[in-house]
Amino acid sequence: MIELLAERFNFIIVIILMMTGLYAVVATGNLVKRLVGLSLFQTSVFLLYITMGKVFGGQPPILPESAEGHGETAGYDAAAHAPETALADAGHHVEAAIYSNPLPHVLILTAIVVGVATLAVGLALVVRIRESYGTIEDEAINQADYAVDSAGKNA
Amino acid sequence: MDFLASLLPAHIVEHAPAIVVVVPLLMAAIAAILPNGKLGWAVALVSTVISALLAIAIVVDVQAGGVVSYAMGGWAPPAGIEFRIDSLNAVLLLLITLLGLLSVIYALPSVADEIADNRQSLFYSAFLVCFAGLLGVAITGDAFNMFVFLEISSISTYVLVGMGAARDRRALTAAYNYLILGTIGATFFVIGVGFLYMATGTLNMADMASRLPDLSSSRVVQAAFAFIIVGLGLKAAMFPLHLWLPNAYAYAPNFVTTFLATTATKVAFYTLVRFMFDVFWPEAAFVAVSFFWVFAVLGIVGMIVASIQAVFQEDARRLLAFSSVAQVGYMMLGLGIGTAAGVSAGMLHLVNHAMMKGVLFMALGAFAVRFGIRRISDLNGFARTMPFTSVAFTIGGLSLVGVPMTVGFWSKWYLGVAAFENGWWWAVAALILSSLIALAYIARMLAAIWVAEPHHDRAGAIASARAPWMMLAPMWILAIANIWFFFQPDFLISITNAAAEAAFAGEAR
Repeated sequence: MIELLAERFNFIIVIILMMTGLYAVVATGNLVKRLVGLSLFQTSVFLLYITMGKVFGGQPPILPESAEGHGETAGYDAAAHAPETALADAGHHVEAAIYSNPLPHVLILTAIVVGVATLAVGLALVVRIRESYGTIEDEAINQADYAVDSAGKNA
Repeated sequence: MDFLASLLPAHIVEHAPAIVVVVPLLMAAIAAILPNGKLGWAVALVSTVISALLAIAIVVDVQAGGVVSYAMGGWAPPAGIEFRIDSLNAVLLLLITLLGLLSVIYALPSVADEIADNRQSLFYSAFLVCFAGLLGVAITGDAFNMFVFLEISSISTYVLVGMGAARDRRALTAAYNYLILGTIGATFFVIGVGFLYMATGTLNMADMASRLPDLSSSRVVQAAFAFIIVGLGLKAAMFPLHLWLPNAYAYAPNFVTTFLATTATKVAFYTLVRFMFDVFWPEAAFVAVSFFWVFAVLGIVGMIVASIQAVFQEDARRLLAFSSVAQVGYMMLGLGIGTAAGVSAGMLHLVNHAMMKGVLFMALGAFAVRFGIRRISDLNGFARTMPFTSVAFTIGGLSLVGVPMTVGFWSKWYLGVAAFENGWWWAVAALILSSLIALAYIARMLAAIWVAEPHHDRAGAIASARAPWMMLAPMWILAIANIWFFFQPDFLISITNAAAEAAFAGEAR
């Protein structure tokens, strides 16, 4: 049992973070705290992806420096100009090494950008809500809206 | 269409799938630095025209050759990102660009009325980002790329909805709630894509589709399906995940509501079709179960409950927003039938609903630009004040109910036929019941417009009441389309049948 849990340690952390975040979004009436929960929720997904990319005993997926006669820049240039030959070349002198899967890392870099943009827009909206309602508590905002609604009906 | 496509030089058509998305994205940056709203609008107009022309060129290509595949940056799929257009997303491409173009024409007077002068060019910039994002979602063949485009369009949508705050501060809370729910939906989607990547080792959707049937007993794949359906269902405002929609539509600027109602939920619905029928496959036990227990049941409950909620709304746009949720229910029912006829009917309703809601929201915007109204009781006697807009509104409303002589009739007809072929007579009964409720809420608005006496305070304004022609023209183009496609439905039916066939083509692999 413990072995099973230990093997899946990262996934357990992911689930705990995910549920904490989702609970925070649902449970709090404070708009900023909700965004904190949302960020936590998104971050747990980043961890999920990074866990996928892990290969036991794997090295960072970076071409070794000047392995066979060509230095850093030469290797870089070759990769830029003729991707196929560079890759074939790389495959040739990399055989022995095990690499972590770089793709999930790249995906998550993109997802982090998306998360930051969402958070920025969310906080900007909260600032505007604070300016026009004078509060960032959900309940108070609803009350203010309800008051406007019923005033409109009476008029 | 062939003529328009032939106007473009060949080397541009070759790269059209990339350019159609890149143009609005780059133009958004240009629009953001322009000093005044008119210039921003011109940039938006130019880029939507370019995108529409390119989309037509792509669709002509698809009709001739089946599938257009474009390798982004020259990296061949499945390793590179692929833009892939078949008959299914060709429909969406055409819908987004053409309705985007009509909305932009409509935008100039509407936005000038609602948005502060110094923010208009930024507003158009956000619109272009949203437009590019929606096109990207429709065009991409890569699951993670789809998430990124989905978020590009969503984040700009939150901004656009929030811009309604100048009129009503509730737009801010509507945008905030939309942001929270939309982000949860997108995150669910990306969890599902992650699971699929774990199981298949690929992100290319066509490649995924060919590998998944071997993995049908895998829990990871089944969990991925559940996460993706919930995530995309939230974006598509599938009942009961629609809570963000009514307020977002009711308080956003009129132009934004028109654009979102005609395109955004449609694109999310397309992604559902893509994943259910193409990436996953309808024979799998866990997909087949969802047809009845998720899509048919929730679709029917949605179309009846949301219609009833619509009947009791005071705010005209909120009423139509609830009606939109009900219409998503019809499309979901089409999916739930699970046959090619059902998917075809769902896609047909998707296109038709874009046309009728386009007219209705444009007409409400035209009422608003002259008199700033939003409540149904304020519509009293508008037939005398603004006859052109009122007639267009009536055509749209009748089409929404599904009265013969309007295109809405065909959606319900084909949906009913597809349900009946499946032996689902109760679905047909629900369809009729929901249409009757739709008649009730549309009749309420039409009665206010045509029968009720106008308010006294408006009497003096009657002389100057006609809506600007830039609002009337796109509104009437859509209104005439609503009638035209009743008499000439062949074009619509052939493209939606081709779309359904493309969705089911995955089985052949």
